Amino acid sequence: MSAHSTMHESTSPRFKQNAREALDNKQLQSALGHVRHRFIDKRAQAAAQLPEFDDLRDSAKAIKDHVLAHLDLYLAHYEQQVHAAGGHVHFARTAQEASAIIVDLCQKAGATTVTKGKSMVSEEIGLNAALLAAGIKPVETDLGEYIIQIRGETPSHIIAPAVHLTKAQIEADFRRTHTHLDAKRNLDAPESLLAEARTLLRDQFLRADVGITGANLLVAETGSSIIVTNEGNGDLTQILPKTHIVIASIEKIVPTLEDAAQILRVLARSATGQDMTVYSTLSTGPRRAGDPDGPENYHVVLVDNGRSSMIGSEFEDMLRCIRCGACMNHCPVYHAVGGHAYGWVYPGPMGSVLTPSLIGVDKAGHLPNASTFCGRCESVCPVRIPLPKLMRHWREREFERHLSPATFRWGLSFWAAFAKRPRLYRFVTSFTARALGMMGRKVGSFRWLPLASGWTATRNLAAPQGDTFQSQWHRQRTAKDQRKN
Amino acid sequence: MASARDEIFASLRRSMGVTGQEATRKMEVQTRLMQKPRGIVPQRGYVAGEERIELFTRQAQNVQADVKRAAHLSDVAPIVRAYLRERNLPALLRRGQAPLLHAIDWDAQQLTLLDGPSDGHDANGLSVALGGCAETGSLVLVSGPDNPTTLNFLPDNHIVLIEANKIEPSFEDIWQKLRMIFGPDTLPRTVNFITGPSRSADIEQTMLLGAHGPRNLLIVIIG
Repeated sequence: MSAHSTMHESTSPRFKQNAREALDNKQLQSALGHVRHRFIDKRAQAAAQLPEFDDLRDSAKAIKDHVLAHLDLYLAHYEQQVHAAGGHVHFARTAQEASAIIVDLCQKAGATTVTKGKSMVSEEIGLNAALLAAGIKPVETDLGEYIIQIRGETPSHIIAPAVHLTKAQIEADFRRTHTHLDAKRNLDAPESLLAEARTLLRDQFLRADVGITGANLLVAETGSSIIVTNEGNGDLTQILPKTHIVIASIEKIVPTLEDAAQILRVLARSATGQDMTVYSTLSTGPRRAGDPDGPENYHVVLVDNGRSSMIGSEFEDMLRCIRCGACMNHCPVYHAVGGHAYGWVYPGPMGSVLTPSLIGVDKAGHLPNASTFCGRCESVCPVRIPLPKLMRHWREREFERHLSPATFRWGLSFWAAFAKRPRLYRFVTSFTARALGMMGRKVGSFRWLPLASGWTATRNLAAPQGDTFQSQWHRQRTAKDQRKN
Repeated sequence: MASARDEIFASLRRSMGVTGQEATRKMEVQTRLMQKPRGIVPQRGYVAGEERIELFTRQAQNVQADVKRAAHLSDVAPIVRAYLRERNLPALLRRGQAPLLHAIDWDAQQLTLLDGPSDGHDANGLSVALGGCAETGSLVLVSGPDNPTTLNFLPDNHIVLIEANKIEPSFEDIWQKLRMIFGPDTLPRTVNFITGPSRSADIEQTMLLGAHGPRNLLIVIIG
């Protein structure tokens, strides 16, 4: 059994099939329209309104790089400060270990119900399954997470987990699940869906024995965890139960409150186009003597799960990621197929780089190939992660390890042999271009060509003009040189 | 068997090619923790007096908060009463022990005040902000008996009083203020930055107010 066996089952190896199904799914395609427009416009506006935005991105990148170079020391300082504030820190090497620690803490607290704020690392470690197996009921409280929980799905986006669904689908799920309510109630307005979830979850908040949240940042200076939510669910999750458990991966550390502010400024703008998320909350230890509310116990579970080995590797840059989702919001592949096609917890460009690191390139090798290399992800990344370059690294690794399909390898070696012989290459390409040019002159494109069905099955192939690029280049160059002389 | 903690530190140090004992690295970390460099601070908030109050007001209104101005402390109760009436809300508010809240004559406005944290059955919560951040229109509230944190999230309507001179230009000024009040290296259990009322865009990316926290946020600036 591998250490990752309790993590979410991955369908990444089926990426091609997933993508095909996603393209045929009309509801999904309608829902994805919202990603294409709203996220992109809102981010652009927020960035344009802050003259310092690009300098802040540089600053955020520099902070993350500094932390990664000193992570052992900052982790130790952070741990010390959590202890000083009366909290507890637990370290987990693997997903399995992290889930076991949390289940144990819940059992010791006598918990039967736990509320959860949205946490991607809890998805990564498969926490809900582990809790259920121990007889503890996890209740997701972020509206999007709640919706996918009642559907038995995983998030399709790291900040908008239910972005793949239409309002009609959500209404149907509420009617199916909330059977104690009047079947004839009117749920036409999205506000009525929100109100229904609010009422149901309010009850859960007040009843929960333990609240589990993620962390956007951990501050070494004060031993604080920071979470940002627009709904306030992260706050109700942590202030009402007796025990608050924070789960975070080790690279979430920043040195100081000043550093946290630098990152918060680029986080909300890059994610939702807000200047600031509605609730940005710093939590430090359990409630103090005299405090009338707040949790009596505060635990932090720090998860490695493969990250410590990424430091110093060509994938270290990926550990700067602050999980804003801008890369997927701007990705033409994500726009086309949505998040579930990627087959594991982290979709889009950041997922294409991170997933092979966490579950192995043998399982997730398709993902770095699912890129047009248009570079929009890198151009909007608030911490300037060179995502296309990192995807290329994975492609190289996949090729080196002979994991790419035989036809692909054979085709590439055939082309390489050909390209190494310039005369032959010129002769064949100019012959082909001329022949195809003559054949296709009338219509201007081909509906079918031998050996090209992979292209022509879904679109026409434009007919060449009858000349190769090289010969056109040569002709224009010569003409230019003559003019000069 | 080595503990998980030891193994993670060993793995990190192996990947980094360090021992953790290097004096220069330790010095760099200590220096940063002491000096707390501010990085890039948006200049937007660095305006004075009325201009800063106006910026704070505009930013808070942009995120759907209601903002009223009370020239004097005695104006607060009538503003709160009018606000509750307009919305047909009960004349009942829950508050903590903050001295400012006890220096106001609520009775004269037929407002009833309940004391202590919320158990989820209050329509209106009343708090005093430790500060405000003009850059984003955010309120800063801290936990403790003066302002129970449950009042920030459980009631449907949250009314927050803030003294005009406590509106700071940026987050960095808030950190300074927190360090002055609570000492270095620590914070109260909860520090809340609140920027507008609760919302969600999880249904088709359409923003709806009143997700889990308050549906309405009224900010009363005093002075």
